[in-house]
Amino acid sequence: MSAWIGLLIALVVIATAGWVFRFAGQTVTGNKPYFRDMSYGVAFGFALGVALLAWLVWSYYRSWAIPAGQPNPYFFLRIAIHGFILFAIAAFLFRLIGRYVGTGTSRKLFRSMPLTASFGILIVLVYALLAIFAPMLAPYGQEQVFAQANVVPGGDPTLGGNPDFPLGTDQIGRDILSRLIYGARNTVGIAFVTTIIAFLLGGTLGFLAATLGGWVDQVVGRTVDALMAIPALIFALLLITVASAWVQGSGLTVAMIFIMAVIDSTRVFRLARAVGVNIVVMDYIEAAKLRGEGLGYLIFREILPNATAPLLAEFGLRFCFVFLTISSLSFLGVGIQPPLADWGTMVRDMAPFINYAQFAPQIAAAPLLAAGAIALLTVAVNFVVDWMLHKSSGLKE
Amino acid sequence: MSETDKPVLVEIKDIWIEGRSDEEWLPIINGASLTLRKGEVLGLIGESGAGKSTLGLAAMGYTRDGVRIKSGSVTFDGVDLIAASAATKRDLLGKRIAYVAQSAAASFNPAHKLIDQHVEAPVQHHVTSKSEATDDGIELYRRLRLPNPDEIGFRYPHQVSGGQLQRAMTAMAMSCRPDLIIFDEPTTALDVTTQIEVLAAIRDIVEQFDTAAIYITHDLAVVAQMADRIKVLLKGDEVEEADTRVMLESPKDDYTKSLWAVRSFERPAKPAPAVDATPVVSVQNITAAYGKLPVLHDVSFDIHAGRTVAVVGESGSGKSTTARVITGLLPQLEGVVEFKGEALPADYHKRDRMQLRQAQMIYQMADTALNPRKPIGEIIGRPVEFYMGLRGRKKRERVRELLNEIELEPDQFIDRLPSELSGGQKQRVGIARALAAEPEFIICDEVTSALDQLVAEGILRLLARLQDERGLSYMFITHDLATVNAIADEVVVMKDGRVVEQGPKADMFRPPHHPYTDLLLSSVPEMDPDWLTDLLAERGVENIGDAAVDKM
Repeated sequence: MSAWIGLLIALVVIATAGWVFRFAGQTVTGNKPYFRDMSYGVAFGFALGVALLAWLVWSYYRSWAIPAGQPNPYFFLRIAIHGFILFAIAAFLFRLIGRYVGTGTSRKLFRSMPLTASFGILIVLVYALLAIFAPMLAPYGQEQVFAQANVVPGGDPTLGGNPDFPLGTDQIGRDILSRLIYGARNTVGIAFVTTIIAFLLGGTLGFLAATLGGWVDQVVGRTVDALMAIPALIFALLLITVASAWVQGSGLTVAMIFIMAVIDSTRVFRLARAVGVNIVVMDYIEAAKLRGEGLGYLIFREILPNATAPLLAEFGLRFCFVFLTISSLSFLGVGIQPPLADWGTMVRDMAPFINYAQFAPQIAAAPLLAAGAIALLTVAVNFVVDWMLHKSSGLKE
Repeated sequence: MSETDKPVLVEIKDIWIEGRSDEEWLPIINGASLTLRKGEVLGLIGESGAGKSTLGLAAMGYTRDGVRIKSGSVTFDGVDLIAASAATKRDLLGKRIAYVAQSAAASFNPAHKLIDQHVEAPVQHHVTSKSEATDDGIELYRRLRLPNPDEIGFRYPHQVSGGQLQRAMTAMAMSCRPDLIIFDEPTTALDVTTQIEVLAAIRDIVEQFDTAAIYITHDLAVVAQMADRIKVLLKGDEVEEADTRVMLESPKDDYTKSLWAVRSFERPAKPAPAVDATPVVSVQNITAAYGKLPVLHDVSFDIHAGRTVAVVGESGSGKSTTARVITGLLPQLEGVVEFKGEALPADYHKRDRMQLRQAQMIYQMADTALNPRKPIGEIIGRPVEFYMGLRGRKKRERVRELLNEIELEPDQFIDRLPSELSGGQKQRVGIARALAAEPEFIICDEVTSALDQLVAEGILRLLARLQDERGLSYMFITHDLATVNAIADEVVVMKDGRVVEQGPKADMFRPPHHPYTDLLLSSVPEMDPDWLTDLLAERGVENIGDAAVDKM
């Protein structure tokens, strides 16, 4: 009960602070338009923001006040704050470098880029590099088993860590850092391939349906509707189970790629068709048709160049969805098969450690590492996609 | 018109406005000033991009996104609108200052009834109660001579025609009896016969309530009817300002004179074609329908070599559908389209490459007619490659020749994208694409109606020159009779999918006419400021525009 009263008092204080802030702004600046035309909602937002910031600073301070050996409730908050500041600085530096290095076009691109987008691009680049050069970057192999199992992440011997394994080892003694790096290659690589196949399939069919219309549109459209009616994850599970009757091991992974691609291509089809029908009615398409151009020219030379912006944005989002679905499938045990390292599988394998969060947060961090890798990439890709959508829509702030 | 004794309502002094483009601020208005007295109508004219709308909006103390007022002042009835707080402006806009946009169809919310949108402003500003505002709205609809004023407000925007919607928009602007209304090209998107009704209604209601107005348009003849004074803008600079009559009789600036002179372009009459000559294109008894909806009934006309046939009529009269039948996009139900005496297959899929090549098309909206992702060289080069089989250097040379022919410098334009061209230049590229196929017959679908008058005249002259040089035949679809007068040899008048009258141009502009032709001709605004007054006196308000069409 007292918590509710505390919250109520805090809200009243913030509300008053907002009003005082606006009034003070108006008085001090001599009624400058910015403060004069400020709505109360904005002023309240400012006060709320300041209050949240104050709480964060206070919590951060508290996190250092607790001695090293005791359970630290602010452990994850501290990591999050460190990460946020670190990423912000990295993104800022990355954008700064981009503004002075590169071609004229790329420099111009970086000048108008928001920090979120440069963060997204930086993360995507880092992941791509990790995936490509995994064998060179990873300290150990992904299948290499060591004697020491369940080493705590952090590399601090007093807390059960080991400097040789900075992010610890899993239950059978494999290095988590190495598996994370290889996981980038497996999980991201497979998601990428799946998304490309989904786009080739869905995009082609979508444009074909938009251009030809009539019964082609009806047949393909209704088939896609039927496929979309079944929940994607359950449908994928079902099909993979069916496929496992014929193929095993890496063959099953290939089967999974195709199953996922087909299921996801239905969403791409919808978008490609919607974008396509808007382009098909343009006069330049009519002009090309009256010239006697063939279907291939119409689709790939006239329609496709005008559909790249929405398709590219969809590619980013679709990639995230595929990637998350693969992780979920792996988590359920039907996705990427061991011994290949995969983030979804890593989360599942180490999930029980999450119960240690209250008294030994370092131990609970083990399953969260792979989950964090998934989250980071998803956020990064979405930032890049948002920025691309914003650019292609031609909005100005 | 001496109105100098009336109090000043709006005063804009030396205003500089800039717009953000990419990374820099570009000037839009360079030091314009403007004074508007109570009850006065000021016409703002200029080409697109002259800053007319920007200046009009600035009179409301408003700028579009990405536009800022750099310096200068805007005073409305003693209130400094640039320094005014958001609350003060909120109180003025909609109540004392109203705005009528170009496209009423895009400005009404399609999800609400007209009257519900009408009463919003008076209720929001606490001027009247909702029921009073509704009654007042019906009264305004009556005064604006909308059909069924008692019930038209209870329809949704899509259930009302374009001209009626534009009048409903004017009624909405009037709902709080503002002191100032800004009309931003209110009749540009309308047919001539509809336009005249809207013009008469606007002029009448502005006079009745003694409202001051800024009337923005690019059509000189329209502004001559509406405005007491005219201000001419060119690329953000003031060119000149004078009372309407003074301005029309003795324009001072060269630019203004050139604007006035545009309508004088007229081609010499050509000798009539031989009686036994085979027409290039012969449309014979065409009947066509969209699905089950019939749109063309028994349409016939001939187009002879080296001649221009203008097809006129209002929107929905079947002009463009006829073009679609000729090109084979809409196969006809009955009748034949002959090309040099040979029947063409009805469906374009069944025509061979040579048949397709002979009939080319130039579109109204150059924006949608050119693929925005392809450079000009490729747009023009494709038909060259496709029909003539030229590749590589030869193709590029041919494209350069074509660019020279349409008076665009090849080095400068060949690698540009359509978005880097002005409207007139885009239209020229459209012409070059048609020419690249080396056709004998070109369909021009409203090619000049989206362009400013000076630019449009340039396009017409280019088309005329190409016709003389190559002996091309044109089917020229238009609703603008000034264009017909300038370029046509023969005229076909269409209404509701039927040809109501056809013949040589000279005959068409001389009575006796079919009543519909007569209405079309009489609805074209003239440069005489008394034209609308005289016409209304002569025909009466009941016999103009759609009302007259309905009586036929």
